[in-house]
Amino acid sequence: MTSLTLNKITSQRGISVGEATKKIADLGWNPSYVQEAMTFPTDYKINKTPRDPMKQVLRSYFPMQEEKDNRVYGALDAALRGDMFRNVEPRWVEWMKLFLAIIPFPEISAARSMAMVARIAPGEELRTGFTMQMIDEFRHSTIQMNLKKWYMENYIDPAGFDITEEAFGKCYATTIGRQFAEGFITGDTMTAACMYLTVVAETAFTNTLFVAMPSEAARNGDYALPTVFLSVQSDESRHIGNGHSLLMAALKEPENHLLLERDLRYAFWQNHAIVDAAIGTFIEYGTTNRDKNKESYAEMWHRWIYEDYYRTYMLPLEKYGIKVHHDDVQAAWERITKKNYVHKVGQFFAVGWPVNFWRIEAQTDKDFEWFEHKYPGWYGEFGEFWKWYAKLSHKGEKVLLFNSDVGYVYPHRCWSCLVPCLIREDMVVGEIDGQLHTFAHELDKWTATVAFADEYEGRPTPAMGRFSGKREWETLYDGWDLADAIKDQNFVRSDGKTLIPQPHMRFDDKEMWTLDDVRGNTLGSPLKALRGMTPEARAQHLADYAKGFTINPCN
Amino acid sequence: MPAISSSVGSGAAGAAIFADSDSRKYRYFDPKGQRATHYEDMTVDVQPDPERYLIQDWIISFADGKGAYVKQNTAAQSSNWHAFRAPDQEWERTHYQRQSKIETMVQSVINNARKSGAPKTFDKAWVKILQTQLGAWKHAEFGLGTSLMQAQRYGYTQMINNATLTNSSYKLRLAQDITLYLAEIGLDLPGWDDELGKKSWLEDKNWQGTREAVETVMGATDYLEQYFAINIVFEPLVGEVFRSGFLMQIAAANHDFITPAVISAAEADYERNLANTIDLMHLLANDEKHGAANKKLFQGWVMKHGALADKAATGLQPIWSMPHSKPVAFADVRAKSEERIGQILGELGLKR
Repeated sequence: MTSLTLNKITSQRGISVGEATKKIADLGWNPSYVQEAMTFPTDYKINKTPRDPMKQVLRSYFPMQEEKDNRVYGALDAALRGDMFRNVEPRWVEWMKLFLAIIPFPEISAARSMAMVARIAPGEELRTGFTMQMIDEFRHSTIQMNLKKWYMENYIDPAGFDITEEAFGKCYATTIGRQFAEGFITGDTMTAACMYLTVVAETAFTNTLFVAMPSEAARNGDYALPTVFLSVQSDESRHIGNGHSLLMAALKEPENHLLLERDLRYAFWQNHAIVDAAIGTFIEYGTTNRDKNKESYAEMWHRWIYEDYYRTYMLPLEKYGIKVHHDDVQAAWERITKKNYVHKVGQFFAVGWPVNFWRIEAQTDKDFEWFEHKYPGWYGEFGEFWKWYAKLSHKGEKVLLFNSDVGYVYPHRCWSCLVPCLIREDMVVGEIDGQLHTFAHELDKWTATVAFADEYEGRPTPAMGRFSGKREWETLYDGWDLADAIKDQNFVRSDGKTLIPQPHMRFDDKEMWTLDDVRGNTLGSPLKALRGMTPEARAQHLADYAKGFTINPCN
Repeated sequence: MPAISSSVGSGAAGAAIFADSDSRKYRYFDPKGQRATHYEDMTVDVQPDPERYLIQDWIISFADGKGAYVKQNTAAQSSNWHAFRAPDQEWERTHYQRQSKIETMVQSVINNARKSGAPKTFDKAWVKILQTQLGAWKHAEFGLGTSLMQAQRYGYTQMINNATLTNSSYKLRLAQDITLYLAEIGLDLPGWDDELGKKSWLEDKNWQGTREAVETVMGATDYLEQYFAINIVFEPLVGEVFRSGFLMQIAAANHDFITPAVISAAEADYERNLANTIDLMHLLANDEKHGAANKKLFQGWVMKHGALADKAATGLQPIWSMPHSKPVAFADVRAKSEERIGQILGELGLKR
């Protein structure tokens, strides 16, 4: 005997999800009175209608998202009731001033990207996917602004959060994030909004951004970041589906293959250069947790990027006829494991502390031990530097950036990824329109001089973007006194003298550096200096640069 | 466990007093009112530009040299593009709350109505109208939604683009709501043909004026023209005419209480989108330096899209004769619509 249930009494026939998405895809039509404007350029040809892998409709999407939001905001309330900030590690939250200044713009840029891809392919099947991604990205941008405001209201030192979007436009470090975000919305639509954004940034690197980083936040007493960012990451699977579907449609046309190879190469390398620089530093240098059983950034990279992305996503593209540059993945891996890429970036941000808008404190013995355990040889290269940093963190000391006792040599900046050329032996130079530029790696040079051009391997690429603007931040303050540059950036607290950035976590006016403590040091543009050298002097300079530098012992 | 990286053993606000330890408000923009609203904190300056802090300028450009966002994406000009704040103050949380409530309401109305057998009691002629006329209208809403999705890439500030984005979200939700509503009641109605709506949209002469007006908006390359044409011209002259003046007022008389509930949300959506659009256009029309030129531009848009919208509305007139019960006359609806657009244009100092 079958039992009678309320569901059986009240159930009624409905339409299937497949049928619903099919009917919604049929909302589009081919205009006959006025053609839609193809305002975003592309050199790709896409004739196949991309399929929607997710088959979700807005009717179920909005309530689902609201529920996710309710959990996020409930958790934030609970964190305050549980006095989260009493136990949160300032070393961690300070880096959030940089991270959260950057990330809302890439997010909203991704929303704008959806306008660009929506008209690129025939049919409307993916329209709902693009629509949901557009609204998701609006969600991410504003939910992150909300988190940042929440930190500002509850964290011990709100300075830096309070000027966040201004700082984003001005800082030498946020430049890297702007390169990332502008890459989503400018130039060839397929290159920017599909390959760079969805196929590489979202499919590969959001795992380190939105999964690996929240784990580290939790280890530092910050339960808010994981709550927000894991909720954000739960939207990413839809976006990955959009990118893959459009990629499959593009693959159908053999004439796209050359461009796909170019874009996969550019996008992978630049995502590595930018995301690993930033997120690697936050995770390895923003933490106080030195549990030797936890994964290092390099180990996480191997899991998320090498095993998950490279082996299961990139490699299968070969069977469709796309040349995958295995050596690029290997080169990125070696930069992280053998050439200390992340550690060099962490060191660079520390050297630049007076022009930051967040605090960085020195690494200590406990940190040294962990680094040496995870990255054998680390202490030999970086130990003395961090001792110097601790020593020079006291007000009244000569600022590290200009302190010749230390031995650090300020780096050139890469014209392509905008991260400085920190692996000194890999730096190369090249000319664009007769102007000399510096690049962190051969692949960065290839990106700027070969990929971002109006022709690629004999094929005209009129839609491709161009690198523009005042790309080397140091040029803007060439010849400026450090104090004036900080003031110009508005990285000064409202008393008009105390710096927002500090090289320590001592929350005491007596310990805090002011404009007077950094005055008398002149900033310079390495690129301008290089261009001004005679050919012989330049050759010598480059040879010396490639040899690197030695940090003097700190006694 | 105390925070080990803090000199005072805590990371909490107030644990120490020092310079700016109480600086707990965003201080890089001027709020519109005395205090910044939550919407302003979530929105203002997230999209930077060379006038607002972007000291290195845009660092990637299109092949023609244009940066990521340029003022030339519209023919309108402004002395201060950053002044606009959307009156609906929408950010993600409020947007999802509102959209989710609407979806829950719509779905609940449809489910309960179907459970009580309501579609079977619809007047027979009305069923045909829903199938072909409302079925055609969903494409108009979709076309406007996709136009706004396109437009949200181009505005010079975050405030403009986010208002356009939420407008697109509302329109695309409505297009999907109508689609699923019709498909679901179709399950209860013998002989229902879900294809007739699109056929009517593409072929029926009554709808060709509307299709031309919508396609003209879809084909426009000026994002502000799209936003203006939709909310200032098309909606009062065609959108409200069909939604309020036909569906909402005539359905009940033909034994249909479901359709007005499904459509009602759209009327509330429009009130918000209209408020946003009027505020933006009002700023531009009264710009000290560019007001006169903007007004001239807007007047041109009123004439261009107004003529198309008039043609569209006139084309729809025969639909008012189709139901058995005709509680409202087309002429009365048109008169109300004229009054409505007159008020909207009056706010902006424009005329028909």
